[in-house]
Amino acid sequence: MTIAAPEKDTKSALKRTPLHALHLELGAKMVPFGGYDMPVSYPPGLIKEHLHTREAAGLFDVSHMGQCHISSESWDATARAIEALVPADVLGLKPGQQRYSQLMAEDGGILDDLMITRLGYDGLEGTAYVVVNAGCKDADYIHIADRLPDGVTLQVRDDLALIALQGPQAVDVMAALVPDARDMPFMCYIGSSFEGFPLHISRSGYTGEDGYEISVPAAQAEALARALLGNPLVKPIGLGARDTLRLEAGLCLYGHDIDESTSPVEADLVWSIGKRRRDEGGFPGAGRVQAELNGGPSRKRVGLRLEGRAPAREGCEIVTETGEPVGRVTSGSFAPSVGGPVAMGYVAAARAAPGTRLNIVIRGTPHPASVVKMPFVPHRYHRPTKSGKSNG
Amino acid sequence: MAEPRYTSDHEYIRVENGIGTIGISQYAQDKLGDIVFVELPAVGKVLSKGQEAAVVESVKAASEVYAPVSGEVVEVNEAIVANPELVNQDPEGNAWFLKIRIANPRELDQLMPEQAYKDYLETVE
Repeated sequence: MTIAAPEKDTKSALKRTPLHALHLELGAKMVPFGGYDMPVSYPPGLIKEHLHTREAAGLFDVSHMGQCHISSESWDATARAIEALVPADVLGLKPGQQRYSQLMAEDGGILDDLMITRLGYDGLEGTAYVVVNAGCKDADYIHIADRLPDGVTLQVRDDLALIALQGPQAVDVMAALVPDARDMPFMCYIGSSFEGFPLHISRSGYTGEDGYEISVPAAQAEALARALLGNPLVKPIGLGARDTLRLEAGLCLYGHDIDESTSPVEADLVWSIGKRRRDEGGFPGAGRVQAELNGGPSRKRVGLRLEGRAPAREGCEIVTETGEPVGRVTSGSFAPSVGGPVAMGYVAAARAAPGTRLNIVIRGTPHPASVVKMPFVPHRYHRPTKSGKSNG
Repeated sequence: MAEPRYTSDHEYIRVENGIGTIGISQYAQDKLGDIVFVELPAVGKVLSKGQEAAVVESVKAASEVYAPVSGEVVEVNEAIVANPELVNQDPEGNAWFLKIRIANPRELDQLMPEQAYKDYLETVE
């Protein structure tokens, strides 16, 4: 049989996160990802890790991701510089607020997806904190730095580690260390401290669950991870479960579900494009994005639920019930919380409505599937309403 | 039970009375992780050595299982189709994949006895 195995000779060149030794101590299986030697799973295995995250709290090392600051004398100048690169409303961010966006190519494709936070505290009023993908970060930094106007600078923060804590009980775990974290709304950000060291905590993540991403100086990352893992609710979770969790949450993986060929409109990310920006444009690829917003894209990213048990994988062709090709799968897996295979992919716009019956060709055989609304598993983000209740 | 022999691709075969029971090794199931899907050949299918005999899928990826020797499929293990996780629990026991009537017993000589396979695993780790 064939077992996908990392190339031995590339392994020595891989970078390590500040938690590398801890992963080995915890018995992780390590694989190359985005240029780093990363834990794909721990001894309990992917499915148990996935389900634990949905039931309690999972700790993820995401220190491979790129953290940087974009700064100037004023928020206005910083935000305008970033808006020249992405379609999100960055000017409209309030201090401590975070937004998802895409680094755009001139032709309307996506160079990377990223999180942009407006920092609100002393001395950093003109600073945005930006998190980009590991595999793209070197190219992103060059792209961004080349395009920033005079007076706006990029500072790569590879002195920081990043730890995600995800799951319905993440709030109790986090609040035990940082009480202020309990009432933070989804997509907000606070500065705090842990054992005298600065922590920057955002209420966000990549699992569809409530949870946090915690930026911590590299030297203190292991102490923080051990403190979090000291809570019996928390287990370490590998990249394997991170992928099935984000797939069930309907979230894109860069290089698979979005890339330089896909536009944010095709990718069903219109919600992340600021309303003002849709009208005004002023970002790379605005022409294509506006044309697709007005006329509708020719293809669309959709969720697909397979009827059988065979998982559809990236690259599988999607055809109509009569065999006409209409698209391709971009991510697919057995989904542990769904209990069966799910996929996402691009299909012709006329076939993108939920309920549309299609076939996915797996090893030459068509397997019936239906277009379904994503997420596959409901999001459970912490969005306090005025009455004080959380509306998921 | 007959002594298993192994391929360098981590299939095993145990032979009794000309019938070979084929599956994947303990090492293979551990490398694959949680197994969620198994596809088996039709009974009666004639396989040649090295041909794709079955498919096993972990959460992450699909892998082909190759025939260690040539022969005709005489039985398949439907229990692992219904419960693919059995392959993780008992790959070299109850979670066998298929049985074949061996066409050319001399092909077995090219496979590794248990100790040779263990030594081989040391080299691939």
